[in-house]
Amino acid sequence: MSDESTTGRKSILQLRQLTKSFGNFTAVDRVDLDIAEGEFFTIVGPSGSGKTTLLRMLTGMETPSSGDILLHGERINDLPANRRPTCMVFQSLALFPHRTVGQNIEFPLKIRGVDAASRKKRALQLLEQLRLPETYYSKNVTKCSGGERQRVALARALAYNPEILFFDEPLSAIDYKLRKTLEKELKDIHRETGKTFIYITHSLEEAMVMSDRIGVMRAGHLVQVGTPNEIYTAPRSKFVSEFIGDVNVIAVQTQADGQLHAAEFGTSFVPPRLPNGFTSGHLVVRPEFLRFLDRPDSAINCLEGRLYNEYALGSRIQYQVRVGEHVFIVEKLRQQAFGGQRDDAVLIGWDAKDSILVAE
Amino acid sequence: MSLRKFAAGPLCALPIGLFLLIGFAAPLLAVIGFSFMPPRTFGLFLNPTLVNYIEIVDSTSYISFLWSLALAAVTVAILAVICYPVAYGMARIFGKWSMLVTLLFTIPLFVSENVRLYGWVLFFIKNGVLLGTLKSVFGIEADSWLFTTGIILWGMVYVYLPFMLFPMTLGVAMVPDQIREAALDLGATRWQVFREVELPLSMPGIMIGFLLSFVLAVGAITEAKVLGGQRVIPIIHDIEIAFTYAQNWPLGAALAVLLMLVVGFLVLLVLRRFDLDAILGRR
Repeated sequence: MSDESTTGRKSILQLRQLTKSFGNFTAVDRVDLDIAEGEFFTIVGPSGSGKTTLLRMLTGMETPSSGDILLHGERINDLPANRRPTCMVFQSLALFPHRTVGQNIEFPLKIRGVDAASRKKRALQLLEQLRLPETYYSKNVTKCSGGERQRVALARALAYNPEILFFDEPLSAIDYKLRKTLEKELKDIHRETGKTFIYITHSLEEAMVMSDRIGVMRAGHLVQVGTPNEIYTAPRSKFVSEFIGDVNVIAVQTQADGQLHAAEFGTSFVPPRLPNGFTSGHLVVRPEFLRFLDRPDSAINCLEGRLYNEYALGSRIQYQVRVGEHVFIVEKLRQQAFGGQRDDAVLIGWDAKDSILVAE
Repeated sequence: MSLRKFAAGPLCALPIGLFLLIGFAAPLLAVIGFSFMPPRTFGLFLNPTLVNYIEIVDSTSYISFLWSLALAAVTVAILAVICYPVAYGMARIFGKWSMLVTLLFTIPLFVSENVRLYGWVLFFIKNGVLLGTLKSVFGIEADSWLFTTGIILWGMVYVYLPFMLFPMTLGVAMVPDQIREAALDLGATRWQVFREVELPLSMPGIMIGFLLSFVLAVGAITEAKVLGGQRVIPIIHDIEIAFTYAQNWPLGAALAVLLMLVVGFLVLLVLRRFDLDAILGRR
């Protein structure tokens, strides 16, 4: 078995109908996935979506209830964690507090019987690669800062050259600014090592920055897999589209003339290209595609509402417009700010081609 | 108004400070004071002398010291072997049943130590529960195990078990699951996980169990008296006799001070070897 994945690279890890149940609860439900060698793949989902359980099966800490995990085409369902050529960076990092930075990094080598001199050489090499000073070799690991501990954990995971590195939300407890730096650093390390990285997070934003491909999980199912661009521009469900950030979602159904009827507003909209067999679902419009209009325009979809509030988001300004009970979000670049006042009657609209139609 | 001159902290600590001074420091100082008084006197403010200490060095008290220390050391060693698996089970395996195990080990503590030890006497005595049953059911006649060193150890292990078990359980429970999983994930075998990660990280609890049961076991006397039939005289027995039958408080006090010094020295030695803070990663 050596499937060629969409990227043209060889598959390293394949999941076939992978399922994990705890009693009556199915945490991971028939997941199929091919991960290419050297890929940075991120699994995104809210808490309770099954992403951690999925990862624990891949690392060997949890045994699948059914389905298969194939590594280079070989079934590894029952291979225990300590015999898999994979390694995980934990959410808590799980560094050994009674050991120095050097001893932590050398741990996987020590238990494999590598001699002290080679161990130290490798540890120093990793310290350099992860931009940690050489003096940290004998530093107590509990004295390192959050970002440094992150790097030590990564160095330890890389020490014995595992084929796949797993990451269980290691950046979630780190403050925003450092997290942004570490995200980019991690992507650089991925490039330098060329290893397969499988990362899980609840933040699609984080996933977008780092990943080659993203898989979105919901209630145990892998609902969509694609490049960051595909996920962003062509979400296949309301869930995925809302997961990306603030979006405007309108429940619609097709009517006889091919337009979309929105019962909530008692009006109809021009659809983007209608998917085959579409009857009802949601129309998704990103805030940056909504604009304020001076007068109704039959060429685009319009709604009349009231300006409720505005929020400065750095480079952009976000406006909340209420149409009846429905809240719409409009975003403009700061230099193209809208001059309206609170409670002004406003007309908002979008080009049909800028909206996305999702079935769910 | 004048109270405001003191910081709130020391002021709040004053009541407990006074309580400790009267309840803890004063008796201790009195014992130390008595150890320097002339033999068989009952005043605390006579001319100090080293006679008591000299008498101890010249006597055979060292045998009692050695017995006490040896019995305590062996008790701790046996407890370590027995308690670790139970502690491991309570912290990791038994789950909801560990509460039941805890109860089984703690309920006997509600009964006086003497009563429990006399219970063992009834169990082991000739024609008692064990030997009587063997004799009437199987016709086997065996000598009683009472009044042997082995039975003293049995009693000590039995009495001091909770003091080893519970700190040890806490120690084992302190090792985070993710750290064990990380070690396993990095390729360690179960044995390597135990030796490299679990044991060192549960060391604080284990050490506290060691110290607690050792210090208590050095002060053991009832086991030797009741189960051992005074076959072995522990140092506490010597001290008791000096204070009661012999009416020689200064000698008893000197023995007590020496015991405190010996035990204190051993405890410090262990604490220096195993830096609890360093093990816990606090430093």
